[in-house]
Amino acid sequence: MSETFAPVTLAEARPASVVTEGRWIRRGLIAVAILFLALFLVLPLLTVFAQAFAKGIGAYLAAFTEADAHAAIRLTLLTAAIAVPFNLVFGIMASWAVAKFEFWGKNLLVTLIDLPFSVSPVVSGLIYVLVFGAQGLVGPWLLEHDVQVIFAVPGIVLATIFVTFPFVARQLIPLMQEQGTAEEEAALTLGASGWHAFRTVTLPNIRWGLLYSVLLCNARAMGEFGAVSVVSGHIRGLTNTLPLHVEILYNEYNFVAAFAVASLLAGLALVTLLVKSLLEWRYADEIAAGARGH
Amino acid sequence: MPGATERTGGSTAIRVENLSKTFDTAAVLHDLSLDVRAGELLALLGPSGSGKTTLLRIIAGLDFPDDGRIVFGAQDATKLPVQQRAVGFVFQHYALFKHMSVAENIAYGLNARKRADRPAKAEIKRRVGDLLDLIKLSGFADRYPSQLSGGQRQRIALARALAVEPRVLLLDEPFGALDAQVRKDLRRWLREIHDRTGQTTIFVTHDQDEALELSDRVAVLAKGRLEQVGTPDEVQEAPVSATVLKFLGDTIEVEAIAQGGEVRVNGRLTPVAAPEGLVGPIKLYARPWQLQFAEGDGAHLEGVVRSSYRTQGRQRIEVDRPEGKTVVVEAADTNRFAAGSPVGLRIIGGHVFPN
Amino acid sequence: MAPPTRANPPTRAKRRFLRPSVIPGFGLAFGYTLTCLGLIVLLPLAALVTRASGLGLSGIWEVATDPRVASALRVSFGVSLVAALTASVFGFLIAWVLTRYRFPGRKIVDAVVDLPFALPTAVAGIALAALYAPNGLVGAQLARVGIEAAYTPVGIYIAMVFIGLPFAVRTVQPLIAEIDKEIEEASATLGAGRVHTLVRVVLPPLIPAVLTGFALAFARGVGEYGSIIFIAGNLPYVSEIAPLLIVIKLSEYDYGGACAIATIMLGISFLTLLAINLIQAWSRRRFGYV
Repeated sequence: MSETFAPVTLAEARPASVVTEGRWIRRGLIAVAILFLALFLVLPLLTVFAQAFAKGIGAYLAAFTEADAHAAIRLTLLTAAIAVPFNLVFGIMASWAVAKFEFWGKNLLVTLIDLPFSVSPVVSGLIYVLVFGAQGLVGPWLLEHDVQVIFAVPGIVLATIFVTFPFVARQLIPLMQEQGTAEEEAALTLGASGWHAFRTVTLPNIRWGLLYSVLLCNARAMGEFGAVSVVSGHIRGLTNTLPLHVEILYNEYNFVAAFAVASLLAGLALVTLLVKSLLEWRYADEIAAGARGH
Repeated sequence: MPGATERTGGSTAIRVENLSKTFDTAAVLHDLSLDVRAGELLALLGPSGSGKTTLLRIIAGLDFPDDGRIVFGAQDATKLPVQQRAVGFVFQHYALFKHMSVAENIAYGLNARKRADRPAKAEIKRRVGDLLDLIKLSGFADRYPSQLSGGQRQRIALARALAVEPRVLLLDEPFGALDAQVRKDLRRWLREIHDRTGQTTIFVTHDQDEALELSDRVAVLAKGRLEQVGTPDEVQEAPVSATVLKFLGDTIEVEAIAQGGEVRVNGRLTPVAAPEGLVGPIKLYARPWQLQFAEGDGAHLEGVVRSSYRTQGRQRIEVDRPEGKTVVVEAADTNRFAAGSPVGLRIIGGHVFPN
Repeated sequence: MAPPTRANPPTRAKRRFLRPSVIPGFGLAFGYTLTCLGLIVLLPLAALVTRASGLGLSGIWEVATDPRVASALRVSFGVSLVAALTASVFGFLIAWVLTRYRFPGRKIVDAVVDLPFALPTAVAGIALAALYAPNGLVGAQLARVGIEAAYTPVGIYIAMVFIGLPFAVRTVQPLIAEIDKEIEEASATLGAGRVHTLVRVVLPPLIPAVLTGFALAFARGVGEYGSIIFIAGNLPYVSEIAPLLIVIKLSEYDYGGACAIATIMLGISFLTLLAINLIQAWSRRRFGYV
């Protein structure tokens, strides 16, 4: 209250807060944190754009006139267009079963759903080679029937589904658990069918969490490299996704084109981060349970 | 309680027959039977864990009994899905749909009907308007639940349940999440609504005052069993068990001897009558106002005043008894008792139960 | 997702798989979940396990002790350990700064932390390679002080810190945000100085989260491929990582060798997962939360 009379002098005379560090320590720590992030995270991002435009906008645009680049963009979009909806449906199904019901072995189920997160991308690709490859479990049978999975689009899609498998479920399970079942029960007592209750009550309650998880799932699906690299066979114009196309261009020392294509993916990452942050600022409670964890 | 006597004579609206239920391994309901009369306001009263909410949810069709039946009128509803039971359920934390406006919430049950049974848009609007009038929130149709106070949400939840014209209204701890003043207002208001609509209503509560003040009849539950059903007067004047008595208010427990229809404490006769056949050492239960200060032979008990305090024109005195227990005695706020002074206590009323 | 409702009949079984519920759709949702999980995740992983068990322990050991493989495993695990340690230290500092201090641009800095989650690893890989190459922006400076980053384990280390940092930050950040300032004030009223309060009161409950973040960053680093291979130079015995060796074995159609390395890595992943679970179980007992 006395601050209204002499704000400046009194504010300075007040003893330092007991629950924070001194001002110069604070400033020092902030500086270290920002410097570290700038050096390790921001600088690489800027490098992508700097290198992409190193030889001017013409050289940059030239990278996208290539037929192979178009094919890579198409394949990446196709892969995401299959993998993301698949995992969306799976995530909703899994979180409905896990969050709304009590059953035996639930924790085990959740651990298994999370499994792909702890498998190296390369191993994720390898296991599909072991199933569908020429020496694999069903590979020879597929070969007889002229079905190609490995070194073809189906393998790429499967590997992408595997690495993005937990994204939606992992986001929705805690969110739906926190929301409980009272609103669905209320809808049922009011005469709504299960499907009607799901559509009018459950879905609106998880919409932002759903959008959030689809966003992250999509970023990973379009950007996956290791797993896709193992199953793709790197056939130009046929089985190259955008990240694989970047690799090929880079290994051919075609740096400008490599970084130009990479800038496309970096742009996607930036848009993802932006929308993600906007969702977090605006709908924190409706995205994550208790807004805790990642 | 106005109108209570006419209504309690009504026909049976809901019959609960020999209901049993276990969760995992713990039993929550034991062979419980209960008749709910048409038009009555029935309280399910019991401490937490007594099974009262489970009973309410089983009646609603939200939980399933292991054994027993639920009968609505003449129809066996045990296997009837919740959607077809036509119950209005008000959840403890209201379970309002956050993303819908107040009007959309109230209209939900009508909109959820199949097209053939669904009232016309204008009709739904009219009914929502009527209900908003009934709950005195007419200007709130376009608000969202997050913009309302707890008491307002509670009323919206009630209107939403009433909108489907349920045959029974079920309320789970309807005032549990509200603060004291709002609670009192809403209690009176619920009673008024009930008197006006005559809607058969069951509500769950752990608050004795709430049950006794509001209901036509009280069903007292303990450990999954029905202890007693009766009007508030009946359960208070003639509790059938010590459990009911203790749950309905502060009780003093005194060692006593029953013989020949009489009850004696410390060898002195009390005005409490022992039921036929009750003989030997028993417990006598008395309310704080059923003890009076007395001297000499008039006193059944002795003790030393520990402390006293006044509350709303009455005085409550804590008395330490020789065997170590402390009893609370309620007396008119006239005499003062100094801490440490010895006193005698006379029993002027109480209850005894078969062991 | 839920099918039309039907009456759930009362059941008598005491110990049942599913607790009866009025909510419909369990059968469909659970069945669909299990089917997808089985086909997409469990079956392919089982293929690896089958293949590896065909090799036997001795077969796996033989591959693991091959000098080139042993060296790659050493590089992957060793460098990842150091990188995870770095990420944990700086991750804690960043999380602390982001939750405790107010400064302009804080929200943007907070958003930037997730960049490695969003940026495709191949893009990060070529960017890091360009930056830390001897003629790159940072590489040239490092070269002046005698540090070779690109094509050495140092480059691998840099990529692993990049990829692991968000895990370290995001596991401790929510817990720092939840610290009740009253406990710090209580400590201060009892006469403790700020450093004493931090070390004795604030830090101990955060240790499980820091360890979890460390384990996640470590596991991610060991398995990482895309962001490393461009900067690492991939010289056998020097800067070749285990995941790359799997790719090489596969391209040579040495499925057995690839499976052996993959099994070792999978084993380490599961051990890390187990460690995380143990840390969290301990934390729940000790502090009442994860």
